[in-house]
Amino acid sequence: MGSKLTLGRAINTGLRQAMEADPKVLVMGEDVGKLGGVFRVTDGLQKDFGADRVIDTPLAESGIVGTAIGLALRGYRPVCEIQFDGFFFPAANQTFSQLAKIRRRSAGVLSVPVVIRIPYGGGIGAVEHHSESPEAYFTHTAGLRVVTAATPEDAYWAIQQAVASDDPVIFLEPKRRYYEKAEVDTDATLSAAPPLDAARVARPGSDATIVAYGPMVKTALQAAEADTERDIEVIDLRSLAPIDYDTVADSVRRTGRLVVVHEAPLTNGVGGEISARVTEECFYHLEAPVMRVCGFDTPYPQSRLEEYYLPDLDRILDGIDRAFAY
Amino acid sequence: MQAQEARAADPLPPAHARSLYRAMLTARLIDGEAIALQRQGVLPAYVSARGQEAAQAGSAAALDIERDFAFPTYREIAAALTLGVDMVGYLASHRALWHGGLYDPVASRFGAVNAVVGGPVPHAVGWAMGERLAGRTGCALSYFGDGASSEGDVHEAMNLAGVMRAPVVFLCQNNRWALSVPNERQVAGGSIAARAAGYGMPGVAVDGNDVAAVYRATRQALEHARSGGGPSLVEARTYRIEPHSTSDDTSRYRDPDEERQWRERDPVARLRAELGEAGHTDDTLARVEREARESAERVRDGICARPEPDGDDLFRYVYAEPTDELARQWRAWREEAAP
Ligand SMILES: Cc1ncc(C[n+]2csc(CCOP(=O)(O)OP(=O)(O)O)c2C)c(N)n1
Ligand SMILES: [Mg+2]
Repeated sequence: MGSKLTLGRAINTGLRQAMEADPKVLVMGEDVGKLGGVFRVTDGLQKDFGADRVIDTPLAESGIVGTAIGLALRGYRPVCEIQFDGFFFPAANQTFSQLAKIRRRSAGVLSVPVVIRIPYGGGIGAVEHHSESPEAYFTHTAGLRVVTAATPEDAYWAIQQAVASDDPVIFLEPKRRYYEKAEVDTDATLSAAPPLDAARVARPGSDATIVAYGPMVKTALQAAEADTERDIEVIDLRSLAPIDYDTVADSVRRTGRLVVVHEAPLTNGVGGEISARVTEECFYHLEAPVMRVCGFDTPYPQSRLEEYYLPDLDRILDGIDRAFAY
Repeated sequence: MQAQEARAADPLPPAHARSLYRAMLTARLIDGEAIALQRQGVLPAYVSARGQEAAQAGSAAALDIERDFAFPTYREIAAALTLGVDMVGYLASHRALWHGGLYDPVASRFGAVNAVVGGPVPHAVGWAMGERLAGRTGCALSYFGDGASSEGDVHEAMNLAGVMRAPVVFLCQNNRWALSVPNERQVAGGSIAARAAGYGMPGVAVDGNDVAAVYRATRQALEHARSGGGPSLVEARTYRIEPHSTSDDTSRYRDPDEERQWRERDPVARLRAELGEAGHTDDTLARVEREARESAERVRDGICARPEPDGDDLFRYVYAEPTDELARQWRAWREEAAP
């Protein structure tokens, strides 16, 4: 039976399913216990699964990820919460130099199925370090899977698939979409859900393609709706590492035009990689260069300025116009 | 070296105690105005320092602003005020006008507001090392919390300071809570001060609601540093009376009785009572209180009137000079944003 869940609640429900299905699944992080996390994504889990499985850790991100690695080596499946995107960085050493490399270091003998959940992105009027989009750091690191979810349904399945994955997964949660509500079929089985690394056509169209992910999917869909002259296809990437180029290339071969949208800064972002790859794979189908509509190459600004920073409907429409100028 | 529990401190000279009272009370009133402004939607969010005024004013007052330098985190409004930081500029951080606030950190001897727990602690050590390298006598003071004391950065900073004998004071405000996590689940061994021994420095725990005790302990730590003795750690034990921030809900994790007990140990009321006992007349204190109120109102009006940043500010101060690429993005943004 389906029920209407917010995106945050969908992750909570997915975590609950994962913990019920596998006693080795643990949740750990700052304030994830009694408080249920600052966004309440782990609400009620400590009450129901106990403080041994839902661990309020000391305030130490490197310690959280580092000990999660140890727990994984001992057979557990820890799901770490990093409180905000900007507070991941103390854990960078454990993530990039350890977590990502252990399988390879041990010639495939060791596996570290750790999930790192990170509320990310802007648009909530927050203070410094609470609105960042650090995905490119992760996608540039071999050994990490990087996923995000734009809808409650996707979030519900993706968190369970992330926990089940034998690879480490960086699970990026679009925090400004936590309260978006939609129907989620919680009775379906996990095996019926689309694979974790498959992109999704969020809106079919024939004139141009927008590729977006996480918080920008909604904005991209709005832009597509607002464009009354052209029929825009929107692809929700879902997985940023690996990227489902088949779905993207298939779309671009039909539409001939591509605009990639993300909140993260332009330079060396996921959009640049997609642009390069699509140019390689779809060169003769392209009617225009691949356009990028992204955050600027600046630190994420104080919230009084975030409306200028974040790609919005107008900037996306402008990107589409630029693609049609050829 | 053993961590010591400092004894109740002797009272401070009357004029000094009164000036600390003025600072603590003014900070308290500005803090209250800030909470009200958050509720009115003027500030997007605020982190209250209520209950920690003695820990902050007492430690800040021990600094010599001609040569020392304080490195705050984000809850140090009373320390800022005591050091003479422009309070409207300080609150600019909370009004989201500028991340780090809009005061001059160098002139104020008080670093920019920093939201990364534990992040600024090594900076204080480096500053102190630099001061010695330059042949000067200034000391650094680092403000951090009980939660921050769990971060690797803080341990690395302390060990480095110990090895380098850097003239730095680690001033931990242990307000019992790190968001929803109490000391029992944060501080193994139960004492942050006791950790100093492991880093080869003196550590002392003081009643953080006793402004004289905090002042004297910090003073002693600074003298120790200034005379070449190296770093020290002062743990001021106090309490976070308000929720972690204006978006927090304490009913999920802490007993209101505990809060009530600590409200009764209010450092501002306590100092007021001590001043009364020491012979300050009601008139004198009433004048201080009136001045504190007026000054808090001025700060409130000032922060409300402060102009918004403009969109171009997005591109400023990223580099010493904008790179060609950033300048290109800036121009493109202007062309799009232009009416
Ligand atoms: C590196 C880092 N991790 C997490 C956070 C989120 N966070 C903000 S304040 C806080 C609790 C800090 O507690 P404490 O150090 O005791 O300072 P207090 O808030 O009590 O002043 C947390 C977890 C942060 N700001 N920085
Ligand atoms: Mg604290």
